[in-house]
Amino acid sequence: MKLELRGITKRFGAVLANDHLDITIPSATIHAIVGENGAGKSTAMRIAYGFYTADSGDILVDDQVRDIRAPLDAIALGIGMVHQHFMLVRPMTVTENIVLGAEPGSAIALDLRKAAASIRALSEEFRLAVDPDAIVEDLSVGQQQRVELLKALYRRAELLILDEPTAVLTPREVEEFFAILRRMRGQGKTVIIITHKLSEVLAISDNVTVMRDGRVVGNVRTRETTPAELARLMVGRDVLLRVDKPPATPGAAVLTVRDLSIAAPPASAASRQLRRDRLRLDKVSFEVRAGEIVGVAGVEGNGQTELVEALAGLLPESQVSGAISFGGRDIRPLDARRRREAGIAHVPEDRHRRGLLLEFSLAENAILGVHYRPPAVNHVGAVLLNQQAIERRAELVIREFDVRPPNASLPARALSGGNQQKLIIGREFGLPPLLLLISQPTRGVDIGAIEFIHRKIVALRDAGCAVLLVSAELEEVTALADRLLVLHNGRIAGEVDPARVTHEHIGLLMTGGHAPGEAERDS
Amino acid sequence: MKALGELRFPLIAVLCAFAVGALVVALIGDSPVETYRLLLGSAFSWPDGIGYTLFFATPLIFTGLAVAVALRGGLLNIGAEGQLYVASFATAWVGITFANLPAVVLVPLCCLAAIGGGALWGAIPGILKARFGSHEVINTIMLNFVAVALVGYLTQYHYRMPGDPIMETSPVGAGAHIPRLGAFIPGLPARIPLNVAFLLALLSCWLVYVLLWKTKWGYEIRATGQNPAAAEYGGVSIRREIVLTMAISGALAGMVGINEVLGYRYRYYDGFSDNYGFTGIAVALLGRNHPFGVVVAALLFAVLQRGGVPVDAFTQLVSKDIVLILQALVILFVAAEAMFRSAGSRQRAAGSKGKSAAVGADLQVGPPAGAGQSAPGKI
Repeated sequence: MKLELRGITKRFGAVLANDHLDITIPSATIHAIVGENGAGKSTAMRIAYGFYTADSGDILVDDQVRDIRAPLDAIALGIGMVHQHFMLVRPMTVTENIVLGAEPGSAIALDLRKAAASIRALSEEFRLAVDPDAIVEDLSVGQQQRVELLKALYRRAELLILDEPTAVLTPREVEEFFAILRRMRGQGKTVIIITHKLSEVLAISDNVTVMRDGRVVGNVRTRETTPAELARLMVGRDVLLRVDKPPATPGAAVLTVRDLSIAAPPASAASRQLRRDRLRLDKVSFEVRAGEIVGVAGVEGNGQTELVEALAGLLPESQVSGAISFGGRDIRPLDARRRREAGIAHVPEDRHRRGLLLEFSLAENAILGVHYRPPAVNHVGAVLLNQQAIERRAELVIREFDVRPPNASLPARALSGGNQQKLIIGREFGLPPLLLLISQPTRGVDIGAIEFIHRKIVALRDAGCAVLLVSAELEEVTALADRLLVLHNGRIAGEVDPARVTHEHIGLLMTGGHAPGEAERDS
Repeated sequence: MKALGELRFPLIAVLCAFAVGALVVALIGDSPVETYRLLLGSAFSWPDGIGYTLFFATPLIFTGLAVAVALRGGLLNIGAEGQLYVASFATAWVGITFANLPAVVLVPLCCLAAIGGGALWGAIPGILKARFGSHEVINTIMLNFVAVALVGYLTQYHYRMPGDPIMETSPVGAGAHIPRLGAFIPGLPARIPLNVAFLLALLSCWLVYVLLWKTKWGYEIRATGQNPAAAEYGGVSIRREIVLTMAISGALAGMVGINEVLGYRYRYYDGFSDNYGFTGIAVALLGRNHPFGVVVAALLFAVLQRGGVPVDAFTQLVSKDIVLILQALVILFVAAEAMFRSAGSRQRAAGSKGKSAAVGADLQVGPPAGAGQSAPGKI
């Protein structure tokens, strides 16, 4: 199916979200739409799917102007959309989820058997390996996404719009997912993928549309472009994709971890059943020296989260065993507050859950963790907050870390992901730390801000700070780290030199050392 | 400016409640104008109206503050009723047991008993939550029954004067009396029970404001209420905050005992509370969990309470239950505030959508909520 947006304009109040967009998506191709947050890509696709109606412009399906006023119109025309956040009823089976809204059989007798058979046939046709009788909540995230694909295919979609489909997938799941997309293209389906990961654009798409500030700034063939060109189009200026960093000059060991093990939390019966009593981290030993960045790579869920939380003092003592020494001193008995006082800064992986008080102002967020001591209060033990000092500190963070908009009285919620992250990083870097624990520093962050954050991390290292960097982005860890540990299944599967290692080799370690084809991800 | 904006929705809710209330009165067959004239006129008359209105507002300020503080800390304290009973009895107990002490010692001692008794009774569900994770709503409700039964038992079998037909304790010592405001304000007769506890309520309101927004302790309470995981990350002990917040909340509820025992009846009178603890929830809701809002909301509920009596007496058909109807309507409209709010934000969306885009979030149908990778408003 060929889709064409012609002169699409959409205005939200004073903001032009889409400004005369012209995008043509040829039949049986994979088309990537890239751009920074707020560039208008999601708006454009929601117009194509009927969520929004354009103020002006036409949507052409197979060269015919069509009136798409609601998602039902789009579905009737054969357009399907898979959202970033899955819309599945978790306790129900795959079949039940897929037929939801289009239940087969009569009003009183639901006929699921026929539906299950056709879902099985579809699943086999595209080799999705989804069992129609499985309960959704038992499926991995990657499998759930394939259920979403099946949902669209079951409704006879010829064109699929995928909004940030790989954000939730592990590298291996991404590969499988791309293979599925290629098979779909082989069967004549058209695929539109919204993303901001350039490596994926290059790996999967035939054509790329680049958007910036609501306009199309480039329509290019994937094989005729380069990451640098795409990045420049997206941001509007040259972007340094490789991190420019001098070789590290490591000093004494700051953090020494010996035989650190972390037990699974005492959780509900259901999750115990799935995960048994496995250790989240199993006798891990390593050290981080002053002035070096130690990277931790690994498929998410292999112990990285627990490792960082244990080092930051956020896990219950009963779950942790082994020795953690910081500056030669055992910090196991210290709680999160004492560890921060000792000089351990922590940029958490989930900024909305851990890192920010979304309803609080930027000023109040800028003192989280140091709110009880000078300069937030006048002297040690003082109770009253010093509002001027707090605002000064916030303004310093805002200025040095380029937080926009630069208004300390705004709630943190009002900021974009990248600016929220810069605020957290500014707060933690300003301690100043002797050891920085930093997880997923650029997740969901614009390309321009990524470059900025990377430079700041390297600068902190060069100032003599020890850095433990955890990232799911292989590009990021290999570019930043001076040494790289690969975690698999709670153990260190290997330590490599990021300057020399290939991504294939890391991928091998990440999946437990099997050849890529037969690697088993146990969870 | 910001405060005015905050007041807008509660004000709309109150006006809506009065409008629907007028309709009810008209349906019954009385004149809404006359009814409201009686209601408001009597509540604002001098000295009886104003005196009693402020007196009625006093316990509601305390319980409203109690609920508001707990809610700021992420806890729903439904137990203010039980806390104020335990605290009032404790106040009376101290006043009876140490009746011979001079006022300078006995009054502070009694006040401490009120505060301490409430704090203790409030801390229990806090400790249960911090230790065992049991929900504070269940436990505070249960403890209300325990409190009422406990102080009832103590009154009946241990502190009632022999031959007294009323369920009340013997009187507290004269040194435990706090002055009525009539003693200071010319024209306000001493028979009106408005007393120093009202000033204490205003002082508490200011102190709660300072505590929540100007101290590191308040920062920790609010942080815990807003996002416990982030507070923990910021070095705050969540368990400690839960117990502390519940204790502060209980202490505020307990201060009702100062008004009741030291300033009004000079003894513990069983079942004295006119659901102050529960009305406190509505007061906190209407006052948007802000100490100053709580005072305004408490005054409104006090006006209704005071104005109900003449409405009952001087209208043909309407009974004082119209007050209950108005209270219920106010609560309903406050609860339906989300409705007004979304209507308001739709209007505003046309004007100021630029702000959310300028800060770089993807345009969304919903509020410009959490930009970035996990925007909850994203469809």
